[in-house]
Amino acid sequence: MHIVFAFLAGLLMSVGIAVSKMIDPAKVLAFLDVTGNWDPSLALVMASALAVYSTGFWLIRHKPAPIMAEKFHLPVVSKPDKPLLIGATIFGLGWGLAGYCPGPAISALSAGSIGTLGFVVAMVAGWYLARKWPLPR
Amino acid sequence: MDNFTPLSALIGGTFIGLGALLLMATLGRIAGISGITSLAIFQREGRSWRLAFVVGLLLGPVVVSLLLSDFSFSTPELSIRTVMAGMLVGLGTAWGSGCTSGHGVCGISRFSARSLVATLVFMAAGVFTASLF
Repeated sequence: MHIVFAFLAGLLMSVGIAVSKMIDPAKVLAFLDVTGNWDPSLALVMASALAVYSTGFWLIRHKPAPIMAEKFHLPVVSKPDKPLLIGATIFGLGWGLAGYCPGPAISALSAGSIGTLGFVVAMVAGWYLARKWPLPR
Repeated sequence: MDNFTPLSALIGGTFIGLGALLLMATLGRIAGISGITSLAIFQREGRSWRLAFVVGLLLGPVVVSLLLSDFSFSTPELSIRTVMAGMLVGLGTAWGSGCTSGHGVCGISRFSARSLVATLVFMAAGVFTASLF
């Protein structure tokens, strides 16, 4: 059953990425590029996703365990540190260059574009290198 | 602002929130797409549910194209810029422990200081590069 719910969660998020047009790098870049014909749509995507998730999370926050697993897996570290700041900066630079963050890039693979594939292969290589060379705290 | 699409943005964002919430309510996991996908590839433990999540991600646009007749989206050319961007996004999301979904949606909703800071930083860096280059 775990895989069914994980599949549905990924599918729902990807449908949202597609319907909101976040899957289109041009749409994302029109939001990030504040010098051109600015498109505020992405702010509403974030706002509605946050509204739904934060309300739902608030409702289930005192439950002893999730429906299908023995416990909630929540990160324990909560203070920003050097790897977080450096990582978020580098991620943002890449996001602004291509208009892809990981979700939309993976979702867009089904379109069969060699450019999208090149982005995703390079992203996976980046994950590999960062796992090999973690940043010191 | 003639390209503003508020309705599809709100509907799409709602689906993203619902999907992320489903993963928390059922498996108790944060729906961070960069973390889930990279661990699906590089970690044996917990691979099956993570792979199932990634398969769901891959099929989303296929489902939408069956339901909406006018659904289409642009894709980038294969270029040095695209590959460099992919490498930066990979390195950055791994070192920064998350991307738009994990930090921007799930983390901020839990009032995580780390996620709020990470989101402000990657948004600012994204605006910087997209506006300058």
